[in-house]
Amino acid sequence: MSNKPAVSIKDMLKQDLILSSGHRMCAGCGAPTVIKLMGMALRGPTIVCNSTGCLEVATTIYPYTAWKIPWIHVAFENSAAVASGALEAINAMREKGHYKHEHVDVIAIGGDGGSFDIGFGAISGALERGHDFVYMCYDNGAYQNTGIQRSGATFTGQETTTSWAGKVIPGKLERKKPLAEIVAAHKIPYVATVEPSNFRDFIMKFRKALDAEGPGFIHAFSPCPRGWRSATEETISISRLAVETGLHPLYEVINGEEWIMSGPSKRVAEAGLKPVEEYFKTQGQFKHLFRPEWEGFRKKIQEQVNHDWEVLKKRCGVE
Amino acid sequence: MSEKYNEIPIAGNIIEPGNSEKYKTGGWRAERPILSDEKCLWLKNGTCGRCWIFCPDMAVILTEKDGKHAFAFNYDYCKGCGICANECPTDAIHLEKE
Repeated sequence: MSNKPAVSIKDMLKQDLILSSGHRMCAGCGAPTVIKLMGMALRGPTIVCNSTGCLEVATTIYPYTAWKIPWIHVAFENSAAVASGALEAINAMREKGHYKHEHVDVIAIGGDGGSFDIGFGAISGALERGHDFVYMCYDNGAYQNTGIQRSGATFTGQETTTSWAGKVIPGKLERKKPLAEIVAAHKIPYVATVEPSNFRDFIMKFRKALDAEGPGFIHAFSPCPRGWRSATEETISISRLAVETGLHPLYEVINGEEWIMSGPSKRVAEAGLKPVEEYFKTQGQFKHLFRPEWEGFRKKIQEQVNHDWEVLKKRCGVE
Repeated sequence: MSEKYNEIPIAGNIIEPGNSEKYKTGGWRAERPILSDEKCLWLKNGTCGRCWIFCPDMAVILTEKDGKHAFAFNYDYCKGCGICANECPTDAIHLEKE
Protein backbone atom coordinates (compact mmCIF):
# COMPACT_ATOMS: atom_id res chain seq x y z
CA MET A 1 0.00 0.00 0.00
CA SER A 2 1.38 3.31 -1.13
CA ASN A 3 1.86 6.83 0.19
CA LYS A 4 -0.35 8.33 -2.49
CA PRO A 5 -3.93 7.23 -3.06
CA ALA A 6 -4.36 5.19 -6.25
CA VAL A 7 -6.57 7.12 -8.65
CA SER A 8 -5.36 5.97 -12.07
CA ILE A 9 -6.23 2.53 -13.36
CA LYS A 10 -2.54 1.50 -13.45
CA ASP A 11 -2.04 2.43 -9.78
CA MET A 12 -5.34 0.80 -8.81
CA LEU A 13 -4.32 -2.49 -10.38
CA LYS A 14 -1.16 -2.49 -8.27
CA GLN A 15 -3.10 -2.09 -5.02
CA ASP A 16 -4.11 -5.11 -2.97
CA LEU A 17 -7.88 -5.42 -2.90
CA ILE A 18 -9.32 -5.45 0.60
CA LEU A 19 -12.42 -7.43 -0.37
CA SER A 20 -12.16 -10.70 -2.28
CA SER A 21 -14.53 -12.36 -4.74
CA GLY A 22 -17.06 -14.90 -3.56
CA HIS A 23 -18.88 -12.61 -1.14
CA ARG A 24 -22.65 -13.00 -1.25
CA MET A 25 -23.85 -9.45 -1.83
CA CYS A 26 -26.65 -9.33 -4.43
CA ALA A 27 -25.73 -9.05 -8.10
CA GLY A 28 -25.30 -5.37 -8.92
CA CYS A 29 -24.94 -4.17 -5.32
CA GLY A 30 -23.12 -0.86 -4.93
CA ALA A 31 -21.51 -1.60 -1.56
CA PRO A 32 -18.63 -3.89 -2.71
CA THR A 33 -17.60 -1.18 -5.20
CA VAL A 34 -17.69 1.36 -2.37
CA ILE A 35 -15.40 -0.89 -0.29
CA LYS A 36 -13.09 -1.50 -3.26
CA LEU A 37 -12.70 2.25 -3.78
CA MET A 38 -12.16 2.75 -0.05
CA GLY A 39 -9.29 0.23 -0.31
CA MET A 40 -7.63 2.39 -2.96
CA ALA A 41 -7.36 5.27 -0.47
CA LEU A 42 -5.79 3.34 2.42
CA ARG A 43 -2.31 4.38 3.51
CA GLY A 44 -1.12 1.38 5.52
CA PRO A 45 -2.27 -1.12 8.16
CA THR A 46 -5.99 -0.65 8.75
CA ILE A 47 -8.63 -2.07 11.09
CA VAL A 48 -12.26 -2.08 10.00
CA CYS A 49 -15.13 -2.13 12.52
CA ASN A 50 -18.31 -3.06 10.69
CA SER A 51 -21.72 -2.76 12.26
CA THR A 52 -24.53 -5.12 11.33
CA GLY A 53 -25.98 -4.57 7.89
CA CYS A 54 -26.00 -6.03 4.40
CA LEU A 55 -22.26 -5.62 4.02
CA GLU A 56 -21.43 -7.35 7.30
CA VAL A 57 -23.87 -10.21 6.81
CA ALA A 58 -23.15 -10.99 3.18
CA THR A 59 -19.36 -10.70 3.24
CA THR A 60 -18.81 -12.94 6.24
CA ILE A 61 -21.12 -15.94 6.04
CA TYR A 62 -19.52 -18.67 8.16
CA PRO A 63 -17.10 -20.35 7.44
CA TYR A 64 -16.03 -17.77 4.86
CA THR A 65 -14.88 -14.17 4.99
CA ALA A 66 -14.34 -11.89 2.02
CA TRP A 67 -12.18 -9.43 4.01
CA LYS A 68 -8.43 -9.44 3.61
CA ILE A 69 -7.71 -6.88 6.34
CA PRO A 70 -8.39 -7.02 10.12
CA TRP A 71 -12.13 -6.75 10.58
CA ILE A 72 -14.45 -6.75 13.59
CA HIS A 73 -18.18 -7.34 13.47
CA VAL A 74 -20.02 -5.32 16.08
CA ALA A 75 -23.65 -4.79 16.95
CA PHE A 76 -25.97 -2.53 14.98
CA GLU A 77 -25.46 0.53 17.14
CA ASN A 78 -21.86 0.67 18.24
CA SER A 79 -19.35 0.56 15.39
CA ALA A 80 -18.21 4.10 16.22
CA ALA A 81 -17.81 3.18 19.89
CA VAL A 82 -15.84 0.02 19.05
CA ALA A 83 -13.62 1.95 16.64
CA SER A 84 -12.78 4.48 19.32
CA GLY A 85 -12.10 1.61 21.75
CA ALA A 86 -9.79 -0.13 19.26
CA LEU A 87 -7.93 3.10 18.68
CA GLU A 88 -7.42 3.84 22.37
CA ALA A 89 -6.41 0.22 23.06
CA ILE A 90 -3.69 0.54 20.42
CA ASN A 91 -2.50 3.80 21.98
CA ALA A 92 -2.38 2.19 25.44
CA MET A 93 -0.54 -0.89 24.15
CA ARG A 94 1.94 1.26 22.29
CA GLU A 95 2.76 3.18 25.46
CA LYS A 96 3.53 -0.11 27.19
CA GLY A 97 5.60 -1.29 24.24
CA HIS A 98 3.28 -4.13 23.24
CA TYR A 99 2.45 -2.78 19.80
CA LYS A 100 4.87 -2.80 16.88
CA HIS A 101 3.14 -0.97 14.01
CA GLU A 102 4.08 2.67 13.85
CA HIS A 103 0.69 3.76 12.65
CA VAL A 104 -2.67 2.10 12.22
CA ASP A 105 -5.83 3.56 10.74
CA VAL A 106 -9.19 2.62 12.19
CA ILE A 107 -12.30 2.81 10.02
CA ALA A 108 -15.84 2.26 11.21
CA ILE A 109 -18.41 1.27 8.60
CA GLY A 110 -22.15 1.28 9.05
CA GLY A 111 -25.15 1.10 6.78
CA ASP A 112 -27.71 3.85 6.75
CA GLY A 113 -29.80 2.15 9.44
CA GLY A 114 -26.75 1.75 11.67
CA SER A 115 -25.66 5.34 11.07
CA PHE A 116 -28.77 7.48 10.59
CA ASP A 117 -30.92 5.79 13.22
CA ILE A 118 -29.59 3.13 15.53
CA GLY A 119 -25.93 4.04 15.87
CA PHE A 120 -26.37 7.77 15.78
CA GLY A 121 -25.68 8.29 19.50
CA ALA A 122 -22.44 6.31 19.35
CA ILE A 123 -21.26 8.29 16.29
CA SER A 124 -22.06 11.59 17.93
CA GLY A 125 -20.20 10.54 21.08
CA ALA A 126 -17.12 9.33 19.20
CA LEU A 127 -16.98 12.55 17.16
CA GLU A 128 -17.27 14.66 20.27
CA ARG A 129 -14.42 12.76 21.96
CA GLY A 130 -12.32 13.51 18.90
CA HIS A 131 -10.76 10.08 18.20
CA ASP A 132 -8.62 10.02 15.07
CA PHE A 133 -10.74 7.58 13.03
CA VAL A 134 -12.90 7.63 9.92
CA TYR A 135 -16.57 6.73 9.95
CA MET A 136 -18.05 5.71 6.62
CA CYS A 137 -21.79 5.34 6.16
CA TYR A 138 -22.82 3.49 3.00
CA ASP A 139 -26.31 4.69 2.38
CA ASN A 140 -28.70 2.44 0.45
CA GLY A 141 -31.79 4.23 1.63
CA ALA A 142 -33.55 1.65 3.84
CA TYR A 143 -33.00 -1.42 6.01
CA GLN A 144 -32.44 -3.53 2.89
CA ASN A 145 -30.94 -6.47 4.75
CA THR A 146 -33.94 -7.14 6.98
CA GLY A 147 -36.55 -6.61 4.26
CA ILE A 148 -36.57 -3.01 2.99
CA GLN A 149 -37.98 -1.15 5.99
CA ARG A 150 -37.86 2.64 5.98
CA SER A 151 -34.95 4.37 7.71
CA GLY A 152 -33.87 7.94 8.34
CA ALA A 153 -32.09 7.83 4.99
CA THR A 154 -35.15 6.93 2.95
CA PHE A 155 -36.10 9.63 0.42
CA THR A 156 -39.48 11.35 0.50
CA GLY A 157 -41.88 9.38 -1.68
CA GLN A 158 -39.85 6.17 -1.54
CA GLU A 159 -41.90 3.02 -1.12
CA THR A 160 -40.67 0.54 1.48
CA THR A 161 -42.35 -2.32 3.32
CA THR A 162 -43.10 0.00 6.24
CA SER A 163 -44.14 2.95 4.08
CA TRP A 164 -46.29 1.32 1.42
CA ALA A 165 -47.61 3.50 -1.35
CA GLY A 166 -51.34 3.08 -1.81
CA LYS A 167 -54.55 5.07 -1.82
CA VAL A 168 -53.75 6.94 1.39
CA ILE A 169 -50.04 7.83 1.27
CA PRO A 170 -47.45 8.03 -1.54
CA GLY A 171 -44.64 6.19 0.25
CA LYS A 172 -42.57 7.91 2.93
CA LEU A 173 -43.91 11.36 3.76
CA GLU A 174 -41.02 12.66 5.86
CA ARG A 175 -37.76 14.17 4.71
CA LYS A 176 -34.39 12.43 4.55
CA LYS A 177 -32.24 13.18 7.57
CA PRO A 178 -29.36 15.48 6.50
CA LEU A 179 -26.74 13.34 8.22
CA ALA A 180 -23.63 14.92 6.68
CA GLU A 181 -24.85 18.36 7.78
CA ILE A 182 -25.60 17.11 11.29
CA VAL A 183 -22.14 15.55 11.52
CA ALA A 184 -20.56 18.75 10.19
CA ALA A 185 -22.28 20.61 13.03
CA HIS A 186 -20.01 18.63 15.43
CA LYS A 187 -17.19 20.86 14.04
CA ILE A 188 -15.03 17.85 13.23
CA PRO A 189 -12.06 18.30 10.87
CA TYR A 190 -13.49 16.58 7.79
CA VAL A 191 -16.91 15.61 6.44
CA ALA A 192 -17.58 14.63 2.83
CA THR A 193 -20.32 13.08 0.71
CA VAL A 194 -19.24 10.67 -2.02
CA GLU A 195 -20.67 8.18 -4.47
CA PRO A 196 -19.00 5.42 -6.48
CA SER A 197 -19.46 6.65 -10.08
CA ASN A 198 -17.14 9.62 -9.46
CA PHE A 199 -14.44 7.28 -8.22
CA ARG A 200 -11.49 9.72 -8.26
CA ASP A 201 -13.46 12.16 -6.16
CA PHE A 202 -14.35 9.26 -3.80
CA ILE A 203 -10.75 8.10 -3.34
CA MET A 204 -9.29 11.58 -2.87
CA LYS A 205 -11.92 12.46 -0.28
CA PHE A 206 -11.43 9.23 1.62
CA ARG A 207 -7.68 9.86 1.80
CA LYS A 208 -8.35 13.39 3.06
CA ALA A 209 -10.56 11.93 5.79
CA LEU A 210 -7.76 9.55 6.82
CA ASP A 211 -5.18 12.35 6.76
CA ALA A 212 -7.30 14.70 8.89
CA GLU A 213 -6.12 15.07 12.50
CA GLY A 214 -9.22 13.91 14.34
CA PRO A 215 -12.41 12.24 13.23
CA GLY A 216 -13.45 12.14 9.58
CA PHE A 217 -16.88 11.27 8.23
CA ILE A 218 -17.75 9.95 4.77
CA HIS A 219 -21.32 9.64 3.55
CA ALA A 220 -21.25 7.22 0.59
CA PHE A 221 -24.24 6.69 -1.65
CA SER A 222 -24.71 3.02 -2.55
CA PRO A 223 -27.59 1.92 -4.81
CA CYS A 224 -29.45 -1.31 -3.98
CA PRO A 225 -31.07 -2.99 -7.04
CA ARG A 226 -33.01 -5.45 -4.88
CA GLY A 227 -34.67 -2.92 -2.60
CA TRP A 228 -34.97 -0.12 -5.13
CA ARG A 229 -36.49 -2.39 -7.78
CA SER A 230 -33.95 -1.13 -10.30
CA ALA A 231 -32.04 -2.97 -13.03
CA THR A 232 -28.81 -4.52 -11.74
CA GLU A 233 -26.71 -3.00 -14.52
CA GLU A 234 -27.87 0.55 -13.73
CA THR A 235 -26.36 0.70 -10.22
CA ILE A 236 -23.53 3.06 -11.17
CA SER A 237 -25.60 5.17 -13.56
CA ILE A 238 -28.31 5.63 -10.90
CA SER A 239 -25.63 6.76 -8.50
CA ARG A 240 -24.45 9.32 -11.07
CA LEU A 241 -28.04 10.43 -11.63
CA ALA A 242 -28.47 11.05 -7.88
CA VAL A 243 -25.72 13.67 -8.13
CA GLU A 244 -27.09 15.18 -11.33
CA THR A 245 -30.60 15.56 -9.90
CA GLY A 246 -29.31 17.06 -6.64
CA LEU A 247 -30.62 14.25 -4.44
CA HIS A 248 -27.10 13.39 -3.28
CA PRO A 249 -24.92 16.47 -3.85
CA LEU A 250 -21.17 16.07 -3.42
CA TYR A 251 -19.42 18.43 -1.03
CA GLU A 252 -16.81 18.66 1.71
CA VAL A 253 -17.01 20.47 5.04
CA ILE A 254 -13.76 21.41 6.77
CA ASN A 255 -13.93 22.03 10.53
CA GLY A 256 -17.69 22.40 10.28
CA GLU A 257 -17.31 25.86 8.74
CA GLU A 258 -15.70 25.83 5.33
CA TRP A 259 -18.13 24.34 2.79
CA ILE A 260 -16.62 23.28 -0.54
CA MET A 261 -18.66 21.96 -3.44
CA SER A 262 -16.86 19.14 -5.27
CA GLY A 263 -16.11 19.10 -8.99
CA PRO A 264 -18.94 16.81 -10.17
CA SER A 265 -21.56 18.86 -8.31
CA LYS A 266 -20.01 22.13 -9.53
CA ARG A 267 -20.48 20.92 -13.09
CA VAL A 268 -24.11 20.16 -12.22
CA ALA A 269 -24.45 23.69 -10.85
CA GLU A 270 -23.23 25.08 -14.18
CA ALA A 271 -25.48 22.87 -16.29
CA GLY A 272 -28.51 23.06 -14.00
CA LEU A 273 -30.23 20.25 -12.08
CA LYS A 274 -31.93 17.45 -13.96
CA PRO A 275 -35.56 16.94 -12.90
CA VAL A 276 -35.96 14.34 -10.13
CA GLU A 277 -38.38 12.44 -12.40
CA GLU A 278 -35.37 11.16 -14.34
CA TYR A 279 -34.06 9.57 -11.15
CA PHE A 280 -37.49 8.26 -10.09
CA LYS A 281 -38.08 6.64 -13.49
CA THR A 282 -35.12 4.29 -13.06
CA GLN A 283 -36.59 2.62 -9.98
CA GLY A 284 -39.73 0.61 -9.23
CA GLN A 285 -39.92 2.00 -5.70
CA PHE A 286 -40.97 5.39 -7.10
CA LYS A 287 -43.37 4.20 -9.80
CA HIS A 288 -46.49 5.16 -7.81
CA LEU A 289 -45.40 8.83 -8.00
CA PHE A 290 -46.27 8.82 -11.72
CA ARG A 291 -49.94 8.10 -10.97
CA PRO A 292 -52.10 11.19 -11.59
CA GLU A 293 -53.21 11.50 -7.94
CA TRP A 294 -49.60 11.97 -6.72
CA GLU A 295 -48.49 14.49 -9.30
CA GLY A 296 -48.77 17.33 -6.79
CA PHE A 297 -46.68 15.36 -4.30
CA ARG A 298 -44.01 14.81 -6.94
CA LYS A 299 -43.89 18.54 -7.63
CA LYS A 300 -43.49 19.21 -3.90
CA ILE A 301 -40.49 16.85 -3.79
CA GLN A 302 -38.94 18.75 -6.71
CA GLU A 303 -39.48 22.07 -4.92
CA GLN A 304 -37.86 20.69 -1.77
CA VAL A 305 -34.83 19.42 -3.73
CA ASN A 306 -34.47 22.75 -5.51
CA HIS A 307 -34.66 24.61 -2.20
CA ASP A 308 -32.02 22.38 -0.55
CA TRP A 309 -29.79 22.75 -3.61
CA GLU A 310 -29.99 26.57 -3.46
CA VAL A 311 -29.16 26.52 0.26
CA LEU A 312 -26.15 24.29 -0.40
CA LYS A 313 -24.95 26.48 -3.28
CA LYS A 314 -25.12 29.54 -1.05
CA ARG A 315 -23.19 27.75 1.70
CA CYS A 316 -20.48 26.71 -0.74
CA GLY A 317 -20.38 30.11 -2.40
CA VAL A 318 -21.28 28.71 -5.82
CA GLU A 319 -23.39 30.79 -8.16
CA MET B 1 -17.33 -27.77 5.15
CA SER B 2 -16.37 -31.28 6.08
CA GLU B 3 -14.41 -30.73 9.32
CA LYS B 4 -15.63 -32.30 12.56
CA TYR B 5 -16.54 -30.19 15.59
CA ASN B 6 -13.08 -30.60 17.15
CA GLU B 7 -11.24 -29.73 13.95
CA ILE B 8 -12.64 -26.23 13.38
CA PRO B 9 -10.94 -23.20 15.01
CA ILE B 10 -12.14 -22.34 18.51
CA ALA B 11 -15.06 -19.88 18.83
CA GLY B 12 -15.85 -20.13 15.13
CA ASN B 13 -12.89 -17.93 14.22
CA ILE B 14 -12.06 -17.69 10.54
CA ILE B 15 -8.26 -17.75 10.35
CA GLU B 16 -7.76 -17.44 6.60
CA PRO B 17 -8.40 -13.93 5.22
CA GLY B 18 -10.39 -13.73 2.00
CA ASN B 19 -11.31 -17.42 1.98
CA SER B 20 -14.68 -16.60 0.42
CA GLU B 21 -12.87 -17.23 -2.86
CA LYS B 22 -13.58 -20.89 -2.20
CA TYR B 23 -17.28 -20.10 -2.55
CA LYS B 24 -18.11 -19.76 -6.23
CA THR B 25 -20.95 -17.33 -6.97
CA GLY B 26 -20.89 -17.83 -10.76
CA GLY B 27 -23.97 -20.06 -10.56
CA TRP B 28 -26.11 -17.00 -9.78
CA ARG B 29 -25.58 -15.72 -13.30
CA ALA B 30 -28.43 -15.58 -15.83
CA GLU B 31 -26.54 -13.55 -18.43
CA ARG B 32 -22.87 -13.84 -19.34
CA PRO B 33 -20.75 -10.76 -20.26
CA ILE B 34 -18.78 -11.14 -23.49
CA LEU B 35 -15.97 -8.80 -24.63
CA SER B 36 -15.46 -7.75 -28.25
CA ASP B 37 -11.68 -7.29 -28.38
CA GLU B 38 -11.46 -4.70 -31.15
CA LYS B 39 -13.38 -2.00 -29.22
CA CYS B 40 -11.78 -2.40 -25.76
CA LEU B 41 -9.65 0.57 -24.69
CA TRP B 42 -7.70 -1.52 -22.18
CA LEU B 43 -6.57 -3.93 -24.88
CA LYS B 44 -5.83 -1.04 -27.24
CA ASN B 45 -3.69 1.16 -25.01
CA GLY B 46 -4.08 0.19 -21.34
CA THR B 47 -6.47 2.99 -20.34
CA CYS B 48 -10.09 3.10 -19.14
CA GLY B 49 -10.55 0.02 -16.91
CA ARG B 50 -14.02 1.16 -15.82
CA CYS B 51 -15.32 -2.43 -15.87
CA TRP B 52 -12.62 -3.42 -13.37
CA ILE B 53 -13.27 -0.39 -11.16
CA PHE B 54 -17.04 -0.87 -10.95
CA CYS B 55 -17.27 -4.70 -10.90
CA PRO B 56 -18.75 -5.51 -7.47
CA ASP B 57 -17.55 -9.11 -7.62
CA MET B 58 -13.93 -8.47 -8.62
CA ALA B 59 -14.62 -10.74 -11.62
CA VAL B 60 -12.80 -8.64 -14.25
CA ILE B 61 -9.12 -9.54 -14.64
CA LEU B 62 -6.91 -6.91 -16.27
CA THR B 63 -3.25 -7.82 -16.70
CA GLU B 64 -0.25 -6.24 -18.34
CA LYS B 65 2.93 -8.03 -19.34
CA ASP B 66 5.75 -6.49 -21.41
CA GLY B 67 3.47 -3.73 -22.69
CA LYS B 68 0.79 -6.19 -23.81
CA HIS B 69 -2.60 -5.92 -22.19
CA ALA B 70 -4.86 -8.88 -21.53
CA PHE B 71 -8.50 -9.02 -20.48
CA ALA B 72 -10.55 -11.84 -18.97
CA PHE B 73 -13.76 -12.38 -17.03
CA ASN B 74 -13.64 -14.68 -14.05
CA TYR B 75 -16.85 -16.63 -14.64
CA ASP B 76 -16.41 -18.47 -11.32
CA TYR B 77 -17.54 -15.33 -9.50
CA CYS B 78 -19.35 -13.12 -12.06
CA LYS B 79 -23.00 -12.79 -10.98
CA GLY B 80 -24.02 -11.35 -14.34
CA CYS B 81 -25.21 -7.98 -13.05
CA GLY B 82 -24.17 -6.24 -16.29
CA ILE B 83 -22.57 -3.14 -14.71
CA CYS B 84 -19.46 -3.67 -16.90
CA ALA B 85 -21.55 -3.66 -20.08
CA ASN B 86 -23.51 -0.58 -18.97
CA GLU B 87 -20.44 1.42 -17.94
CA CYS B 88 -18.25 0.51 -20.92
CA PRO B 89 -17.67 3.79 -22.84
CA THR B 90 -17.16 2.01 -26.18
CA ASP B 91 -19.87 -0.66 -25.79
CA ALA B 92 -17.23 -3.38 -26.05
CA ILE B 93 -19.09 -5.67 -23.62
CA HIS B 94 -22.47 -7.24 -24.27
CA LEU B 95 -24.52 -9.80 -22.37
CA GLU B 96 -25.62 -13.19 -23.66
CA LYS B 97 -28.13 -15.57 -22.10
CA GLU B 98 -26.45 -18.47 -20.31
